[in-house]
Amino acid sequence: MELPGKGLLKGLGVTLKTMTRKNGVQQYPDVQPDLPARSRGVIALMEANCTVCMLCARECPDWCIYIDSHKETVEVPGAARARQKNVLDRFDIDFSLCMYCGICIEVCPFDALYWAPEFAYAEGDIRNLLHDRGRLGEHMAHVPAPDAHDPMGEPSKEESTAAKKGGAR
Amino acid sequence: MPVWLEIAIRVAGVFVAFLTLPLIVGQTEHKVMAHMQGRLGPMYAGRFHGWAQLIADGVKFVQKEEVVPGAADKSVFRLAPAVALVPYLVALLVIPLGPGDLVAQPLDMGLFLVLAVVGVGIVAVLMAGWASANKYTLLGALRAAAQLLAYELPFVLAAASVAMAAGTLSLTGIVEAWRPWWLLWQLPALFVFFTAGLAEIRRPPFDAPIADSELVFGYLTEYTGLRFALFLLAEYVGIVVISALTTVLFLGGWKGPFASDTLGWLWTLVKVGAVAFVIIWLRVAFPRLRVDQLQKFCWLGLVPIALLQLILTAVVKVGF
Repeated sequence: MELPGKGLLKGLGVTLKTMTRKNGVQQYPDVQPDLPARSRGVIALMEANCTVCMLCARECPDWCIYIDSHKETVEVPGAARARQKNVLDRFDIDFSLCMYCGICIEVCPFDALYWAPEFAYAEGDIRNLLHDRGRLGEHMAHVPAPDAHDPMGEPSKEESTAAKKGGAR
Repeated sequence: MPVWLEIAIRVAGVFVAFLTLPLIVGQTEHKVMAHMQGRLGPMYAGRFHGWAQLIADGVKFVQKEEVVPGAADKSVFRLAPAVALVPYLVALLVIPLGPGDLVAQPLDMGLFLVLAVVGVGIVAVLMAGWASANKYTLLGALRAAAQLLAYELPFVLAAASVAMAAGTLSLTGIVEAWRPWWLLWQLPALFVFFTAGLAEIRRPPFDAPIADSELVFGYLTEYTGLRFALFLLAEYVGIVVISALTTVLFLGGWKGPFASDTLGWLWTLVKVGAVAFVIIWLRVAFPRLRVDQLQKFCWLGLVPIALLQLILTAVVKVGF
């Protein structure tokens, strides 16, 4: 037979043990959370890499990326014809629609979009959740450095081709 | 020292204790409860670990609007917090802090007075519950009435056991007669008195009259602002009074392992603090008793134990 009141004593023991143990509370506004590098906080735009291919905007499941652009002709001295170049006028992401699936980042062929762990961008007005390209560019500051290459892994394609070319020379 | 000055000093002392001890207990409850639940509790008010949290709460309560329900019995509604608070103030008057003269009002029938006065709390609860003109407050008040009537009996019986053992009703006299082996002899009475005391001040696990998950907030539902704060203060003064009574009756009051005569007041405070800690601890660890369990525990558990303890006390007292 179990001792009557054993469960009550156990309950007292648990609470007392919890009290004496150090608890792991981080006081958020004073202590910023240490988020892992792959956190999906906000999407950052590296404007220099964007070629206005529109892949991100087209793949976005809820159409929250707005892109406008115009073409400019670039005269290259010595070339037979003038070249045409896309110039970005507008790149907005509406974070009130975004569902953080990351497809735009996956699909971007030129690595113009990145995840950043920044998360504290709540707004009083929902319209302010539309981040323009300036704001998206600011998020680049929070993008963590890529992981170091696995020393046991295969070398990257760029490295191996460079080595090959160097060997051929 | 002229008589009036002595009286003034004593009353002021009780008043200071009345205003500071409950705050200390309340702050301790904030922190202890938080840490028992793996939290930190208040950390900002007063900079250092939120020591000023209750002061900030008090300021907040004072600023709040005083809402009295339209259908309420207004004068009774307004009077109830005072009726809840004053009995505990009176009770503190006769509880000895240390040996000799270190008690505000040494009274030959101190125990009798304390027991009578603590029982007045039920009137305040009924006043609050009935005057609020709200079904939840009424349910809470009736639960409280049933609970307090039931637990008054083992409460008084357990106290009677000690009074019988000491042969006096004076609280100072009881402490003087107390011997360490009474801890064992009066252990059942200690258990009964402490538990019934918890029920008497409606602390968890005996907080069915408040039961915020069932009755909104029981008899306190309609109270706001300062009057609500006064009820809360009454709860914490209640903890102090019950802890102090347990200390004086069962734990030997100012008697400690050493320096009982010089540091008696410190022993009393340490013991009161320890008992108050247990009260907080029980709140964190135990779930609320259902109303029927509550009555059953009293009538089938505490009352028989208290009666047996009375017999035991009588046998030991007469036989040895």
